[in-house]
Amino acid sequence: MKPISRRKLITGGLATTAGLVGVGAAATLIRRAGLVPPDCRGPYGPGETLTYAAQRILTRHSMAREFSRDMISKTPFANEIAPPTDLFKAHQEKGFSDWRLTVGGMVARPGSFSLSDLKSMPMRSQITEVACEEGWSYIAEWIGTPLYEVLHEVGPLSEAKYLAYFSTDPNWWESIDLTDAMHPQTCLTWGMNDGDLPVPFGGPLRMRIPRQLGYKSVKFITHIELADTLKGLGKRLGYIEQDYAYSWYAGM
Amino acid sequence: MNLCYPARVPHIASGRSVSNPQIARHAAVVRITHWLTVIAFLILLITGGEIVISHPRFYLGEVGNVTTTPLFTLPIPASRDTVPTGYGYVMPDQNGWSRDLHFEAGWLLVFTGLVYGVFGLWSGHFRRDLLPSRSQWRLTALWAVVARYLRRAPAAAEDARSYNPLQRIAYLKVIFILFPLVIWTGLAMSPGFTSAMPIAVSALGGRQTARTLHFFVSGALVLFLVVHVAMVIHAGFRSRMRAMITGRVTSPEEAA
Repeated sequence: MKPISRRKLITGGLATTAGLVGVGAAATLIRRAGLVPPDCRGPYGPGETLTYAAQRILTRHSMAREFSRDMISKTPFANEIAPPTDLFKAHQEKGFSDWRLTVGGMVARPGSFSLSDLKSMPMRSQITEVACEEGWSYIAEWIGTPLYEVLHEVGPLSEAKYLAYFSTDPNWWESIDLTDAMHPQTCLTWGMNDGDLPVPFGGPLRMRIPRQLGYKSVKFITHIELADTLKGLGKRLGYIEQDYAYSWYAGM
Repeated sequence: MNLCYPARVPHIASGRSVSNPQIARHAAVVRITHWLTVIAFLILLITGGEIVISHPRFYLGEVGNVTTTPLFTLPIPASRDTVPTGYGYVMPDQNGWSRDLHFEAGWLLVFTGLVYGVFGLWSGHFRRDLLPSRSQWRLTALWAVVARYLRRAPAAAEDARSYNPLQRIAYLKVIFILFPLVIWTGLAMSPGFTSAMPIAVSALGGRQTARTLHFFVSGALVLFLVVHVAMVIHAGFRSRMRAMITGRVTSPEEAA
């Protein structure tokens, strides 16, 4: 092997240093820009980060596709997951009149909302597709209260970065970033196809996030929590799908 | 390392006898991107299969689920008990990590493809090595290659140094049609991507058509892989593998 010349050593060293500084600066920049997902570590971290960062840049102001009324599926598929608990059945018998949505964590004014409180806020109706990560899909009209209307009532603190939402089932909950939480199509949904949201489809209250896959649209929502990190919220990274190794960001 | 295309003139490798000259065959960029594509494609194939198992039914149009009539159903059990397959058996659910790894390998494929595409244009690799020359487009030239394959005659000596017209057409089809199509149909299933670029899915006729096309284009790529490996074995596994690993072929005796 040829001995390395001093010039090569100096230029090589400088290039390596510049490269490392560049990579470090880029990492800090993308972190500051909010392009790093909470599941950025581990064997799938690079892929998760690339997908999340690319879509955050590409979809900052994009809207999920909305369809015409004649595209609404005649036979939507409910994919009913957990059988309702006794507490849920008690709510169901009373027509969900006692159902409450509590909002806490990093907010200025923690709140509790009944379904009629939510329905008295500005509403949004949208005909969007539910696409399951398994591959199937259906289109329905979803009527609800945009999540940002509720957030406006409670006043998120500036430190808040994530929003976690919980189902009646203590093991079923999810979380999103504030970009998706403030997105106009992210709705606390209580109506479907001109009627009340049926229980198999998540009634009385379902989080609908049409720019992400179906597993982010958790059914039977009772509680919302804002936080600056997901670490303190429940097990592991703070979202139940971690147990099934599903991506935190489900826009892909 | 010389990343550019190797010298066109045969040159003698140091320490070798003159009677056994080595000819530069594949550029370093071509070799590295070839093997990275192999890794990415095999991962995508395995994880893609795992993802399909969770819903082995295919549809046309925008929507499709177990309440609608499928275009066709794969005759396999599913990994979800909600899918009626006719089998009294539910396969283990591997969808989570399979999806994570599928997209990670997808990124590897996209980056590898970008490097290869820029190199191919910049170095003249596409024009020189892949685009059939005017003489190769002649029917007699094409027929000569087909006839040689049909006779199952050994590969022509010049095939060790450059691609014959049928190879060129097959590789161009894979590089410029099948891989772009499989990436496009994959992205057309992403609700995030299609929110920014709705035409990516509407031009295909809907989400379920995109998924069905993704399956068939993947099948076409698998078919290419099988024929490609069979032809490598037919032409001489050792010499062709050496060419794609070291970049050189030994000429002329061994090269044939």
